[in-house]
Amino acid sequence: MKSKKMSVGQFNVWFEVLRFVLAIIIAFSISFIIMSFSTDAPFAAIGNLFVGPLTSIRRFSTVLETMIPLTFAGLAVSVMFKANQFNLAAEGALFMGALTAAILAIYMPGPPIVVIIASMLAAGIVGSLVCAIPGVLKIKWNCSEMVVSLMLNYVMLYFGTYIFNQVARDPDSAYNASYKFREGVKLSNILSKTRLHTGLIIMVAFVILTYVFIFKTKWGYKLRMTGSNLHFAKCAGISVAGVIMSSQLIGGFIAGVGGSTEMLGMYSRFQWSALPGYGFDGVILNILAKENPAYIPVAAFFVAYLRIGADYMYKQSGVAAEIVAIIEGLVIVLVAATAFLSKFRHRMTTKLSKDLLTSGGER
Amino acid sequence: MSEKVILKVENILKVYPNGIVANRNVNFEVHEGEIHALIGENGAGKSTLMKILFGIETPEEGRIFLNGEEVKIESSKEAIGLGIGMVHQHFMLVDSLTIAENIVLGNEPKKYGLFLNKTQMIKQAEECSKKYNFNINVFDKVEDVSVGVKQKTEILKALVRGAKVLILDEPTAVLTPQETKELFVELNTLKKQGHTIIFISHKLNEIMEICDRVTIMRHGTTVETSYIKDTSPQDISNKMVGREIVLHVDKKPVKRGKVCLEADNLVYVNGIGKKMLDDVSLRLRKGEILSVAGVEGNGQAELAAILTGMKKPISGTLKVRGEEIQEFKPSVLRKNRLTYIPEDRMTNGCAPKLSIVDNMFTDKIEKYLKKNNVFLNRKKMKEQAEFLVKDFNILCGSIKHPVQELSGGNIQKVVAARELTEEAEIIIAEQPTRGIDAGASELIRRKIVEFRDRGAAVLLISADLNEVLELSDSAIVMHNGKINAYFKDTSALTEEELGYYMLGVKRQSEEEVNAIL
Repeated sequence: MKSKKMSVGQFNVWFEVLRFVLAIIIAFSISFIIMSFSTDAPFAAIGNLFVGPLTSIRRFSTVLETMIPLTFAGLAVSVMFKANQFNLAAEGALFMGALTAAILAIYMPGPPIVVIIASMLAAGIVGSLVCAIPGVLKIKWNCSEMVVSLMLNYVMLYFGTYIFNQVARDPDSAYNASYKFREGVKLSNILSKTRLHTGLIIMVAFVILTYVFIFKTKWGYKLRMTGSNLHFAKCAGISVAGVIMSSQLIGGFIAGVGGSTEMLGMYSRFQWSALPGYGFDGVILNILAKENPAYIPVAAFFVAYLRIGADYMYKQSGVAAEIVAIIEGLVIVLVAATAFLSKFRHRMTTKLSKDLLTSGGER
Repeated sequence: MSEKVILKVENILKVYPNGIVANRNVNFEVHEGEIHALIGENGAGKSTLMKILFGIETPEEGRIFLNGEEVKIESSKEAIGLGIGMVHQHFMLVDSLTIAENIVLGNEPKKYGLFLNKTQMIKQAEECSKKYNFNINVFDKVEDVSVGVKQKTEILKALVRGAKVLILDEPTAVLTPQETKELFVELNTLKKQGHTIIFISHKLNEIMEICDRVTIMRHGTTVETSYIKDTSPQDISNKMVGREIVLHVDKKPVKRGKVCLEADNLVYVNGIGKKMLDDVSLRLRKGEILSVAGVEGNGQAELAAILTGMKKPISGTLKVRGEEIQEFKPSVLRKNRLTYIPEDRMTNGCAPKLSIVDNMFTDKIEKYLKKNNVFLNRKKMKEQAEFLVKDFNILCGSIKHPVQELSGGNIQKVVAARELTEEAEIIIAEQPTRGIDAGASELIRRKIVEFRDRGAAVLLISADLNEVLELSDSAIVMHNGKINAYFKDTSALTEEELGYYMLGVKRQSEEEVNAIL
């Protein structure tokens, strides 16, 4: 009797999945209508979007490559969000981390493996410092971390560009690029004929570490308490300023390492002249993943898959790849909108609870 | 009295999104011109029912009749339109506006359809307060007036909007006995003028005093409605809880030990320059319960905040077991085995979105770690949480459920279960039973007495005089930031006597007050 009936808790899990799938279907349907205005063969176009990333190993590995920096950004943002800090400096931290890694990769002597480890650590520390700025201002003077971090990203872009021009720019290069990284200073390839690199393994390690940190350690416990209710955490004797600060430092560290992983895995010169946008993508991923680090890679895979699929669709069908921005936007709106399908959910919970009452009598 | 039914609800079913059935098979009738009490434990569904009547929640099933006609109430605006008014437990007033402005807020008289007509506004407010014999000055700003006046403002606000049926959610929880009496006179005036009042309360003696009929709720449904004259307090409370409950807590005679908390000449000035604590000194001894009585806003909250390290005094010293506290931080005081049951459980007492088990160890997580001192010992946490849930009789589906899904009384039990553990040597309990049901109150009071018998020192800050008289060994009364009276022995004290000191009508001499030192 009991096993046949769904409990309210089970229903809620099932419902979340259903809602996500429906959101995707609706988003695609709307995009399909828009696509049909710009191409004569909308079915072929949307087919390309779906199967594009699966048409070759190379394309599929591009999805995984794209997913790596996205996941790092998502993890960084989730640690900061868990402390209830809307710090968007992950963007700047990732950028500065990448630049730091690039400079060390050009100039630091020693065996490549040492250089790689050192530049990743340095990138993490630089990332921490970047994310610490909004944190300090928040704790000391109660400045809005969101406004500060948003502005800070541009400060970081131009400050980074200045350093890049002073230290690393290769005057012989035809475009804005740094000197080449030293021979061998590169994350090694893990799948031949693709650009997939060991950064994927580092990423998996960071997902696990972040998850364990948040849910299994005493620091994570205090972090969740502080993020969930600051006043209560203070009242219970947790030093909330320290917790907030450390969450920003850790988030920044993850973002910085993410920047270095991207740089050392995919590039041989530093050539970013604008913010890469991963920090903002990190926020999107957290909305999709409901701020749970375990789901961040799934969300990152989804977003990466869409983007690579769009790229393929553009090449094959000539439909502008920007259509993907519409799909992403619609899915996020529908996932974030708690009112979406809420009537259905409510009817179901009512029914389930009533069934439980009639079958089980008193609570 | 007329027996015309003005409001009737039939078979109400309300399920919250998290699956909790808050109301089922709810049936009750209110007669026109009566004061109808609604009583029940927390989580019994009273607030939900009232929210349904006031259009804040919509029921899944069931019908509501007003004057014999079926109505659908889908928003508060509609409820007001139908002549239903509500005074919430927590006041919904704009502190920086005057009473008159608050009363008309939302349907202000206009000049040229655009500007506020101030003369008209004041006229309206004054007329209304005269009509119902409410003795208030409508020019006062809300932030400057007492709780009692704030409540009158709330009632007037509802009346100006044409409320015929008035719902009062625990109106006396924050009042002194004198203010309560005044309120009752006003309620009787309203009744004589034909208004119907639904009175929600936990206080049996008040219900016996003022109400005509009482409806008892238990576990989300209405148990019965009866005339007050045909029932007794013991009868009501038994039906409410579903078992015999003890209205008195047994206490062993007091055995006072060493002084463990010494406050000397504490002064605190709040953000807008008002002196909230004015030269307060006190001693708390092991094995005693010292109550701090007073009308809200007379410095008790600030005193609690300083003693727990949440606020730093402007001057004065605090010593724990003879050692002076240098840094006013909750962590420092907690290290000195001081625990705190805060007044506002949702803001300071728990993390509502996190699970019950996570909420049980916030102050002592260091004791629930694995040997490496980094990872949480989930097994130990789970075992202890399950023990506490049983020990404190917390009603919950599972310890993994978020705290916010529990009822108020059960949330308070979670807070108490966390704070009242073997570490507790000095307990600062701030309104520990405010707004919770008799069953939960009984349990928390019993636990506090148990800790006192074990030698803990308890400072009980409470506006509930019943509680003060029942639990405390000694008591102080605060008025205007000063200690107004000290009673070493409270056995001969009465509520009326305390009330006079709380209002500042009576005051002890300095020597009498200093007897505490």
